Amino acid sequence: MSARSIRNKLAPYALVFPGWVWLMIFFVVPIVAMLSVSTMTGNDLEGFKQTWHLGTYADAWNQFHDRIIRSLIYGIVATAICLLIGYPVAYWIAFRGGKYKSSLLFLLLLPFFVSFVIRTLSWQFMLGDSGLIHGALHGIHVEHGLFTVLRALNLADTDGQYTQTNMAVIGGLVYNFLPFAILPIYVSLERVQPVLLEASADLYASKTLAFLKVVFPLSIPGLFASVLLTFVPVASDYVDAQILGGTHQTMIGTVIDTQYITDLQYPTAAALSFILMAILLIGVFVYARVLGTEDALEMAAA
Amino acid sequence: MTTSMGGAVETLKHATELDNRPVDSKRSKVGGKWLLPLWGWLVILWLIAPIVVMIVFSFNQTRGGKAVVDTHWNGFTVKWYTRLFDTPDLTEAFRNSLYIALLTTAIAMVLGTLMGLAMGRSKFRGIGSVNLLLFANIAAPEVVLGAALLSLFLTLDIPLGFVTILLAHVMFSLAYVAVTVRARMAGLDPALEEAAHDLGAGHLVTFFRVTLPGIMPGVVSGGLLAFAMSIDDYIITSFNSGNTQMFPLWVWGAYERNAGQLPPQVYAMGSVIFVVGVLIAVSSAVWNRRAS
Repeated sequence: MSARSIRNKLAPYALVFPGWVWLMIFFVVPIVAMLSVSTMTGNDLEGFKQTWHLGTYADAWNQFHDRIIRSLIYGIVATAICLLIGYPVAYWIAFRGGKYKSSLLFLLLLPFFVSFVIRTLSWQFMLGDSGLIHGALHGIHVEHGLFTVLRALNLADTDGQYTQTNMAVIGGLVYNFLPFAILPIYVSLERVQPVLLEASADLYASKTLAFLKVVFPLSIPGLFASVLLTFVPVASDYVDAQILGGTHQTMIGTVIDTQYITDLQYPTAAALSFILMAILLIGVFVYARVLGTEDALEMAAA
Repeated sequence: MTTSMGGAVETLKHATELDNRPVDSKRSKVGGKWLLPLWGWLVILWLIAPIVVMIVFSFNQTRGGKAVVDTHWNGFTVKWYTRLFDTPDLTEAFRNSLYIALLTTAIAMVLGTLMGLAMGRSKFRGIGSVNLLLFANIAAPEVVLGAALLSLFLTLDIPLGFVTILLAHVMFSLAYVAVTVRARMAGLDPALEEAAHDLGAGHLVTFFRVTLPGIMPGVVSGGLLAFAMSIDDYIITSFNSGNTQMFPLWVWGAYERNAGQLPPQVYAMGSVIFVVGVLIAVSSAVWNRRAS
């Protein structure tokens, strides 16, 4: 083998190496470190020692499984709502956007130019007890009636609050992650060739039939990617639950954060993180294997 | 996972490229003539509502000497903009966030571009495992990334602060740059580089005159993405910051200290960041459109 072809063979490794090392040291090794911390016992004062104590996992699950399950339910519900709200929007922009497509997409992405924490606090500012919406509705004396309706729909709690309800937290999650759900669907719809629609019309398909048989199937990879991009961050988010929820809306992220930073219960926090990651990653990989294709993974990554 | 301006720019570019394609609008009117646009505009309105509230209330007077944003309109003022840097902690937090974001962008852009270059072109042994590493990094929940990194720092007794935040930020943004550049590289015709070689250009000349300009839009959007993710990150930063103040952490802390209310400077600073970000994104999109 000539020196040149050896060089060509080694070049990709040399290029990948620095980034790979960074990810190994600060992503893979920490996951292993976390696994190791999760089986330690001890306390903050005397330090933690490796004792291969697996009981922490069982204890953590028993103590906090309600919050893990709640996070997964919020994740599923919020992702489903994102798809229901987002699909028509993606469809609208892809097929009716015309020359304003990029401007419309830009409007959808505007929230990203405001800090995530400020955006969520802004909702709290509007919906909170002394918030804008209470103030506005109180002024025109319709609030009492409105709350009767909202309570009947289970959207406000019995004390007349919009926040500290499941709906407030799910609403915040949908708000913050909706653009992530819309973009992949948009990209897949955008790739649908108009020729296909003409062909289906020529073959006497109605508009509804053309949508069901042609457009929708072609957008499925986009839907898969949307679910991947939305579900994991939603289920593990805790900023929304902490700002818009009350004590009955705590998500698992808050528990991990508190156990780690406030209570200094490192093994419990590590075990919980691992349980959460295992559930989400296994879920994602199984989902991708069973339903999706390489395309879905590729689109999620892009 | 917080995306942003870079993603916005890449998507916009994508949309612009496809803009010129003819779409038969008469045939594709599923969903009624008015229903679909109405729905779309309502969603956009909903997405923009908190931003409008932030900007409007950044001009509100405070009431009764309490330095918090009031939900009651007390009169117009620009004083929060003139006093933007009057709170030393907030200024420091903002400066830290800016420095970290700039350093993160620089490091992630170099490491990510190198990875993307290799992965977009050659099919080398082990590429599958590198792909999996990138995918796992992007897919992993933020709270897990933060907690895991903290486990490492605690195990090795590394003091938390500016450096650990930087290490963390490069870790979570690197893969996005790599993926963006990889996509661009895969779309670059290898014949261009071969032609450069045939015309006598060496490896370096070919890289700087042909390959790099070709993948530049990918590098720039990857970099913008890294910057936006870094400056906005709350979760991972809160695990690895120690006593170092960062903008999102300070905002959260101020909200908790003031019993659920915010100092008006936060809305003013948020509005300034919003306007600057939008200007950068728009000019980058215009620049991209001119370039292509």
